[in-house]
Amino acid sequence: MNSFEAGFHPRLGFRRAIGRAFTVLCAAFGLAAVACLSVLLWRIFSAGLPYVSGAFLTHFPSDRAPELSGIRSSLWGTLWLILLTTLFSIPLGVGAALYLEEYAPRTRTMRMIQLNIANLAGVPSIVYGMLGLALFVRGMQLGRSVWAGALTLSLLVLPVIIIAAREAITAVPDSIRQASFGLGATRWQTLWHHVLPAALPGIMTGVILALSRAIGEAAPLIVLGIPIFLQSVPRGPGDEFTAMPLQIYHWTEQPADIYRSLAAGGIVVLLGILFSMNAAAVAIRTWHQKHK
Amino acid sequence: MVNTLTTPRPFVPPPHASSGDHPAQDAAGRHAEAAPRDPVIRTENLTIRYGSYEAVKNISVAIATRRVTAIIGPSGCGKSTLLRAMNRMNDFVRGMKVSGRIYYHGQDIYDPSCDAVALRRKVGMVFQKPNPFPKSIFKNVAWGPTINGYRGNLAELVEESLRHAALWDEVKDKLHQSALALSGGQQQRLCIARAIALQPEVLLMDEPCSALDPIATQRIEDLIDQLKQDYTVVLVTHNMQQAARVSDRTAFLYMGELVEVDATNTIFTTPHNPRTQDYITGRFG
Repeated sequence: MNSFEAGFHPRLGFRRAIGRAFTVLCAAFGLAAVACLSVLLWRIFSAGLPYVSGAFLTHFPSDRAPELSGIRSSLWGTLWLILLTTLFSIPLGVGAALYLEEYAPRTRTMRMIQLNIANLAGVPSIVYGMLGLALFVRGMQLGRSVWAGALTLSLLVLPVIIIAAREAITAVPDSIRQASFGLGATRWQTLWHHVLPAALPGIMTGVILALSRAIGEAAPLIVLGIPIFLQSVPRGPGDEFTAMPLQIYHWTEQPADIYRSLAAGGIVVLLGILFSMNAAAVAIRTWHQKHK
Repeated sequence: MVNTLTTPRPFVPPPHASSGDHPAQDAAGRHAEAAPRDPVIRTENLTIRYGSYEAVKNISVAIATRRVTAIIGPSGCGKSTLLRAMNRMNDFVRGMKVSGRIYYHGQDIYDPSCDAVALRRKVGMVFQKPNPFPKSIFKNVAWGPTINGYRGNLAELVEESLRHAALWDEVKDKLHQSALALSGGQQQRLCIARAIALQPEVLLMDEPCSALDPIATQRIEDLIDQLKQDYTVVLVTHNMQQAARVSDRTAFLYMGELVEVDATNTIFTTPHNPRTQDYITGRFG
C-alpha cells in the first residue's frame, strides 16, 4: 500500500459479493414470478383449450346442455364493451392529460385535481359500479345497456389512462417544444405534430394496460345489474348484454365438472382477446415509428 | 413594416459592407457606435425577473441590421434570457416578468397587440443543443413553412434553405432519412436551415456551437459569416474568441447588466470599462 492509499478500505471482495448476491436474489424473484404465471397458464390452457372451438364461440350458453354451451353472447358483449370503452376513454383520458400537462396553470387547485386523479386510480372497481348504477343506469335511464357498461368502465380506466398519458407527455423533451415554437408554431400545432406523436408509444402502453384491466372486470358490471346468463347478442349499444368475466363467473359457480372446463375455455378466449389487443398496440407503434 | 418576406429576398449587400471598418468614434466617445442607425430590434430599460431574481437589469441595447451582434459574459449573466426575450421564447418560463420595452421595427413585442407566434416567424431561433425533430431531413425543413401557410414550391424552398445552411451537398441523397442520423454539426446546420426556411429577418443563436467539436464549430462560424448578408444575427456565446471572430458588434453583460456594447474591434482592443477589460483578458469569468 503506498501513501496515496492511506485511509481507504476498499473491501472490493465484499462489495462484489454483495453485488453477486443481489443479482441472484433478483433473478430468483423474477423466475418465481414467471414460474407462477407459467403454471397458471398451463393449467388453464390444458383444461380449457380442448373446449375452444368454432362451436364454443358461436353457441349460446345453455344450462340444459352444458356440453354444447358457448360464449356467443358474452363474447359479443365484451367486444362491444371494448369498442365503446376505447372510444370514450382514449379521447377523454388523453385530452385531460394534455390539458393538465400543457395548458393548466400550476395552481393549488390543479395540484389537488392531479392528486385526486392519482387517488382515483386506486379506488376499488365496485365503487365505480355503484357510481355507474346511480349515474348511467338510473340517472341517465340507460338501463342495463352496453352504453351504461362502457361508460362505467370508461370511468374506471380514466385515471389510469390520464396518469400514463401525463407521464408520456412529460417525458417528451422540452427541446422539441422549443424548436416548434421557435418556428412560429402555435401551441396546438406543437402538441399535434410533435408532442403527441412522441408521447404516443407511452400513451398506447397505458391505454392497453387500462383496457386490459377493464375487460377483465366483473364486479362493477354485477353492481350495474348486468345479467350473468343471457341468450342474445346485443345488436347495438342500447341493447342488454353480458360480458365474458360474468359468464366465466357464472360457470365457476356451477357444481358439475364440465362447467369448470367451460370456464377455463372462456378464460383462454379472454386471454386471446388480450393478446390480440397487445399485438395491435405493438403493430400501431411499429407502423408509427416507420412513418415519422 | 415592409413585407419583403413573401418573395425571396434579393441579394443586396449590407449597407456598410464596403466600408469594412466601422466609423471612427466621435468626440462623444463610444456612444456613436453604441446606437446603430435603424436597428431591427431595440430594447429599452429592459428588466426581466424570475420570481424575485433579476436576470436582466435595465438593459437598453440596439441590434444593428444585417450585422452579427455577439452577446458575451460569464455564466448566469443573463445573456440567454436577453436573447430569448427578443422573440418571446421566455413566455413559457413560469414566473417570468418583463418590464421595459423591446421594439421590433418600432413595434413593442410585449404589447398585448403583438402576436408572439407571428413574431417568431420573423425572428427565428437556433438553440444551444441541436434539436431536430425526430422526422426526416426534408420534413424538418418543410414543417415550419407548411404550418405557416407557405404556398410556393416546398421542395425548392427546402433545397435552397439547405444550400444556404451549407448542408445540401451532404444530405441531398438522403432527404427522407431521419434527421437524427446526422452528426451533431450537421444537425445544427439543419436547425439553421429549418430556421431560415421561414425567411426570417433575424436569427437568434443561443450558443449554437457549444455542443460541437472545433471542426463543426468552424463550419457554423463560416456559415454565420455568410448569413449576415441576408439576416441580422444575434449570437450568444461563451467563447470570446468566437465573438471576436464572427461578430461585428459585441455586448458584454455582467450580472444582468449591460456593461458595454460597441464594435467588436473596440471591445477586444480598447474597451472603455475596466470590467470588460478584465473579462476579455481572462481575469475572471
